[in-house]
Amino acid sequence: MSPEAIAPKSGASTPPTSRGGPVSFNAKHLLGIEPLSVDQIQLILETAKSLREISTRPIKKVPTLRGKTVINLFFEASTRTRTSFEIAAKRLSADAINISTSSSSIVKGETLVDTARNLEAMAPDVIVIRHSSAGAPHQLAGSCTACIVNAGDGAHEHPTQALLDALTILDHKPALNGLRVAIIGDIAHSRVARSNCLLLGKMGARVTVCGPPTLLPEGFERMGAGDGSLAVTDRMDEALEGADVVMMLRIQMERQREAFFPSVREYFRYYGLTARRMTAAKPDAIIMHPGPINRGVEIASEVADGPYSVILGQVASGVAIRMAVLYLVIGGREQPPQAPEG
Amino acid sequence: MMMTLMGLIEKEELMSSDQIGRTIRQLARQILDHNRGQHGLALVGIRRRGVPLAERLARALWEMQAVKVPVGHLDINLYRDDLSSVATQPIVQSSEIDFPLNRKIVVLVDDVLFTGRTVRAAMDALVDYGRPKAIQLCVLIDRGHRELPIQAHYVGKTVETDAVEMVEVRLREIDRREGVLLVEPAS
Repeated sequence: MSPEAIAPKSGASTPPTSRGGPVSFNAKHLLGIEPLSVDQIQLILETAKSLREISTRPIKKVPTLRGKTVINLFFEASTRTRTSFEIAAKRLSADAINISTSSSSIVKGETLVDTARNLEAMAPDVIVIRHSSAGAPHQLAGSCTACIVNAGDGAHEHPTQALLDALTILDHKPALNGLRVAIIGDIAHSRVARSNCLLLGKMGARVTVCGPPTLLPEGFERMGAGDGSLAVTDRMDEALEGADVVMMLRIQMERQREAFFPSVREYFRYYGLTARRMTAAKPDAIIMHPGPINRGVEIASEVADGPYSVILGQVASGVAIRMAVLYLVIGGREQPPQAPEG
Repeated sequence: MMMTLMGLIEKEELMSSDQIGRTIRQLARQILDHNRGQHGLALVGIRRRGVPLAERLARALWEMQAVKVPVGHLDINLYRDDLSSVATQPIVQSSEIDFPLNRKIVVLVDDVLFTGRTVRAAMDALVDYGRPKAIQLCVLIDRGHRELPIQAHYVGKTVETDAVEMVEVRLREIDRREGVLLVEPAS
């Protein structure tokens, strides 16, 4: 990815760095986990922790982004992510507008950049984009003045998912550093796996990805820091051995036509998460899934609904992470320097 | 005169550690006198230095009259009126008010009262949590230069200042030293 993927706030001087990390997010877009520094990741997580409390109030709204407009531009079906961004924007008092493929001029043959330029003419502050092509958010970032947030681009990245996963893990584990994380499923087509590997690797966790050989991209271990912190295996028991966190990925049933594995039943036999298989993981291991889950395909109901499942916690973390991201990217715009006073 | 690390010149010590302690006891006394016979007193400290001050006031109230007063913490950054113009975006910290505010007499606590904008933001934040019976304001230092029609009920010390000067409150819970200083940026 290009270095300008995370655009620095031009014209502003480097912010002073305190012991706790950067004072400012200093980026206008969130295009992926790859361009983020450890300090920026920590700032997003800390901000999300602070913003969580708003969702527990009787009045779940703060005036912070009053008068800002957030456009959710979704070229792929999504309920959870789109709703999560919409709720996040509304809890911060921004106006959220949703545009999905079926109801827009995209079906009339308009190109991505033309669509974006037309939206830009309506002066949105943030465009949240999901697209089936890797790099679509980067293209928008190059042609729009609005802040761009990647809500999933092809098999490339899904940064807010990795961030909300990290926030959820931190609810159950003291730190990411040193954790053993197993990511199991369709690694080849998963932007969730890629963003999580990048984030967990930066934060010092040891990740093992696992799936059928047909769904394991060659050379995937090179995504790690090169110190063996990212391992690849096609044996599920090996991935689960001593794991603190087990992340299951959704098998996209629509891909089954391409015959990456013989049958759903055979997939479940070798890569489905069951209570028996979980005995290989640490006794206090948590189970995660980005949703929507296919019961009896990648995960047994007894596990998905079991005591170690934090799947619904992930959904709650999602709102807080997206609030933090919207707050931080809007603040990361180019701004005239001016002394704050209270 | 002394240079501090931040490129600031110390002009005057406005309060020593002992004086801060005495002032807090006086403020606690005033809060008790002013709200005599009232129930449901609560203290809410504005982050950062209003928080330890609120906790010290709560301790003083307990020592004087065995009045147990709940203490909350408020981060006002989400309610600022200058978010789109400040150079560096403020880091949002959590607000912790784990008691209902309805029908409470809430004493907002901050270290320095200056433009009044922080207090305006704090009042907006408070009413999102509930409907207090009353909101009162307690500050260690009032340095003038108000930009909004806001006054404190309880003031530890009123100080005449120039707009360019700054009042630095240092509390041992946050800073290593304790005291109140009048400082000026080195020119």
